[in-house]
Amino acid sequence: MTAVQLWRSVLSKDLRLAARRRSDAINPLVFLLMVITLFPLGVGPGPDILARIAPGIIWVAALLATLLGVDRIFKDDYADGSLEQLCLLPQPLAFTVSAKMVSHWLLSGLPLVILSPLLALLLSLPTSAYGALSLSLLLGTPALSALAAIGASLTLPLQRGSALVSLILLPLFIPLLIFATSAVESAGMGMAVHGQLAILAAISVLTVTLAPLAVAAGVRMSVN
Amino acid sequence: MKHKTTEPLPRLTAHELSSVRGGRTLFEQVSFEVHAGELWQITGANGAGKSTLLRMLAGLMPSSTGSIEFNNHSIQYDRSAYHQQLLFIGHKPAVKAELTALENVYWQRRLSGDKGARQDSMDDWSLLETIGLLGLEDEVTGRLSAGQQRRVALTRLWHSQAPLWILDEPFTALDVKGIALLEQRFSEHLSQGGSIVMTSHQALSLASLNPQQLHLGEVYANAMGAA
Repeated sequence: MTAVQLWRSVLSKDLRLAARRRSDAINPLVFLLMVITLFPLGVGPGPDILARIAPGIIWVAALLATLLGVDRIFKDDYADGSLEQLCLLPQPLAFTVSAKMVSHWLLSGLPLVILSPLLALLLSLPTSAYGALSLSLLLGTPALSALAAIGASLTLPLQRGSALVSLILLPLFIPLLIFATSAVESAGMGMAVHGQLAILAAISVLTVTLAPLAVAAGVRMSVN
Repeated sequence: MKHKTTEPLPRLTAHELSSVRGGRTLFEQVSFEVHAGELWQITGANGAGKSTLLRMLAGLMPSSTGSIEFNNHSIQYDRSAYHQQLLFIGHKPAVKAELTALENVYWQRRLSGDKGARQDSMDDWSLLETIGLLGLEDEVTGRLSAGQQRRVALTRLWHSQAPLWILDEPFTALDVKGIALLEQRFSEHLSQGGSIVMTSHQALSLASLNPQQLHLGEVYANAMGAA
């Protein structure tokens, strides 16, 4: 069995499990949608205010939704011993855990990218910014999943590690938030957004390539 | 290291292992050699460090002192080659409660890496039949009894080709029939030159297994007496 086949097996098993436990998998997404629908009710439906704060709301909600879903990445596998078995495979652990990062992104990042026009509509974002919002989410959410996996792997043995995870992850999320919202705002004002999107892409490439190594080290430490 | 040694070398050598957890010594100076065809039964009171010792042997946990060698190579030296030869079943069964028994077996085999090479001779159905779960294959595993869940986890023993098995309390929750089935599988594995290191409070009934005993409490008591 090659490492690639194994990688695919890990991914398909994860997706199958998520399908069996749908409420867990979509919980962060429901949370995000609730935040976004509540904001117009809270600050008033005036399009000028909403349009100004929309990029920030969407991205902050995305970050918080990611934090909500961090536990899902490794907790069950850790509790039932599946993670132990992954550590005992001859194939490199960094490679197999990257499949878990991808499954997390497919279930949390990708739906967000797909839903982004709807979110923009709910917050009356200028139409010129729709593309930038979708792109910023497409480029930024892989980094969110990768960083979330690092946080999850480090806090596995803790019974209630979620406070610690938030402390570890929020500072790492801040650059993403700054550049992503800046891109969406610039697009709304009709300015070029290539710079910010390029930086988002660079952050994602960096975290997605290096995170599996950190996650593997974290998992080995936690399993021990 | 491409070439495989087939002569009865010591397979697994544990040399002066010790475990210190939170300032408390669980065991120290534990040394033994597991040869091909041998079954080692590690006994000891609850909390004597049996599971810890097994996790060290599997390479999941470093030993505070000493070394573990497999065919004369430190297991840390080439982890991937060692894990290819190893099947470890801990006290956590690695069985997904949400999946059916059949799905669990299917993914166990797909996720067992090179160790699950016996795909042609044994398919998932015959594995389930062997372990006595035929008829329950579509039941979600979380709804099966503890013994049946244990059986799902133990299916690994039938499709694995790894020569070294490390098993933590494999008999837990099994009924008399299940224990007999497992002991039969053990003797099959041993006669093929495999070796087993396991913990159990159960006296093994099959004479052909001829277990070597290692009692952890004694080691600790001796060390205390010497000190």
